Amino acid sequence: MTAFGKLIRTTAFRLTLVYLFLFALFAASLLGYFAWNTRRLITEQIITTVDAETEEVSGIYDRRGLSRLVFTVESRALRPGANLYLVTTPTGQLIAGNVGALMPGVMASSGWIETAYRRLDERDNATHRALVHVSQLSGGFRLLIGRDLEERRRLFGIVAHAAQWSLLVVIVLGIGGGIFVARRVLRRIDAMTGTTRRIMAGDLSGRLPVGRSGDELDRLAENLNAMLERIEALMMGLKEVSDNIAHDLKTPLTRLRNRAEEALAKSGCEADYRAALERTIEESDGLIRTFNALLMIARAESGQARGNMDDFDAADVAIGIHELYEPLAEDDGMTLRLKTVSAPLHGNRELISQALANLVENAIKYGKPATVSAGSVVSLDAKQIVIEARREGDQVLLSVTDHGPGIPEADLKHAVERFVRLDSSRSQPGSGLGLSLASAVATLHGGELRLGDARPGLVATLAIPARTALGDRPPVLTQDVPQKVA
Amino acid sequence: MTATAPEMRLLIIEDDRESADYLVKAFREVGHVADLASDGEEGLALAESGDYDVLVVDRMLPKRDGLSVIGSLRDKGNRTPVLILSALGQVDDRIKGLRAGGDDYLPKPYSFAELLARVEVLSRRNVGPAEETTYRVGDLELDRLSHRVARGKDELTLQPREFRLLEYLMKHAGQVVTRTMLLENVWDYHFDPQTNVIDVHISRLRSKIDKGFERPLLHTIRGAGYMIRDGIR
Repeated sequence: MTAFGKLIRTTAFRLTLVYLFLFALFAASLLGYFAWNTRRLITEQIITTVDAETEEVSGIYDRRGLSRLVFTVESRALRPGANLYLVTTPTGQLIAGNVGALMPGVMASSGWIETAYRRLDERDNATHRALVHVSQLSGGFRLLIGRDLEERRRLFGIVAHAAQWSLLVVIVLGIGGGIFVARRVLRRIDAMTGTTRRIMAGDLSGRLPVGRSGDELDRLAENLNAMLERIEALMMGLKEVSDNIAHDLKTPLTRLRNRAEEALAKSGCEADYRAALERTIEESDGLIRTFNALLMIARAESGQARGNMDDFDAADVAIGIHELYEPLAEDDGMTLRLKTVSAPLHGNRELISQALANLVENAIKYGKPATVSAGSVVSLDAKQIVIEARREGDQVLLSVTDHGPGIPEADLKHAVERFVRLDSSRSQPGSGLGLSLASAVATLHGGELRLGDARPGLVATLAIPARTALGDRPPVLTQDVPQKVA
Repeated sequence: MTATAPEMRLLIIEDDRESADYLVKAFREVGHVADLASDGEEGLALAESGDYDVLVVDRMLPKRDGLSVIGSLRDKGNRTPVLILSALGQVDDRIKGLRAGGDDYLPKPYSFAELLARVEVLSRRNVGPAEETTYRVGDLELDRLSHRVARGKDELTLQPREFRLLEYLMKHAGQVVTRTMLLENVWDYHFDPQTNVIDVHISRLRSKIDKGFERPLLHTIRGAGYMIRDGIR
């Protein structure tokens, strides 16, 4: 599309044309009204004066006879000006006047008539137009008095001329203004289009230019930029997920494949096959778990899990999870303690329970004091894991504190990322997704996962805004889940 | 694996030929009879005409989706227990499935042991001692009203959760109960713990009800879960 073609297609330009058309129509009708009225006024004036003169002249005839009439008409006809006079006999012969020729039949009619004529005293034989009044005098003589219409024509011409010019000026100014406005808009839109093209081509870091005027285009650009921000974050997340999937799912898959191959290659006994198959199932169960956790995180992060929100007490969640994990912790030589204060919350109970369970599992797995394995005596406190639910300001805090080695300051941020397991040996079972799931759940509820130093140890806290967890969203009405037939 | 329940008549509505054939064969091997429908319309027609103990319904089916099959069965007053199989395993999908009239929900991929255990618990043939106030397995007795548990002449002291765990196991005495089933029905959690939490609870319970007795009642079924029953496996 040419630049001009683009220009005349802009909304601004089209709007200008519409306004221009309306304005021209208005101006034309105004001038037209003015011209028409002027013409009417002139005509009326002619009629009034001619009427008066006709009365005067026919009065002279009535009182003083034909000779006086002829004298009056002749003397008046000699005066320069636009006045026309003609007196004829009943047979149509000219007696007096300054009219040389008329359109045929004019003298036979009576009353007002507009006609072409030629003046008697003019040499060029030019034809003019006149408005004349024909009347019959007693004795059959006919009298014509009229006015030349040149003046009316000229006046009308002036108005028409003015109208033409003003219309031309209006159109030129209008189109020019339209092009000016359209180009201004078009320049900004073109800048936006250019940026969006670049973004579409893959450069997600591009942002639209925002002016300082704060007009509608700036507001649009700001909103689009916010949208781009979100898209970029989502894309980064997606990329991260796929990278991590590639990395951490391929490893067990490779192991799985190798084992199957090995079992096939070695023609062992049935027991060997059985053992290989069992390990395969075990490995694939682990894969499924990792996969489920990934899906769950993705869902929590995309906000899809917002459907099942209800009101509950964070303390109940803490009590439930404590009850579930207490024996496990004890078997591992740890003590799971519980400190709760009622802290009402609006959210997805299942997800929050799972997030807390993940934190507790982490604490049990990694929160053992370093010396426990060495068999030396460790104070009871160090073997304690504390689950705590409380309210602080407008936030509900669900925290798990252990007294293990903790996480070095530098690694704290890193720890929430997917698949990060800080012990590089990977000797402990687990998908490495526990903390990222907890973090995703906290984000879904408008909160965050905080990791801190418990000196020594780790304190992981789910901080979630109390009750109005999802800001402007009204509480979702949830029906009771039908109980399973147990 | 041996069938722990009398023979059941099952209808499997699943469009993936391979997994459907696998299920039919696996159910036959443990002594049940399984019919197969490969789309929603056929499944609905079969479910209405046949007398089945349990329907196993895939959620995404050609012609008519699983939830709509269940919905129209329920509308017509058909109360056959339904287990929904689905690749959609999230909490809200499960809730949707149960609201549509399903009785249980098992996300794919699943183990056959898990499916078998759940189907047997669902089956109409196994309406066990649900309404009884006292459950008995061997000389183990559980009174649901007074919350009293005794083995022989010994009174046992159980924590509330241990009581509920035992109650669930005894309600389904003679049937395999998986770890997930326990987590769902005793604790009401639907997530998959990465650790063996349930095993620890079971071993605590076992130490209370079986320790010091000659005949163990609480058995571990390898690769599947647990079962409480009188007699040697």
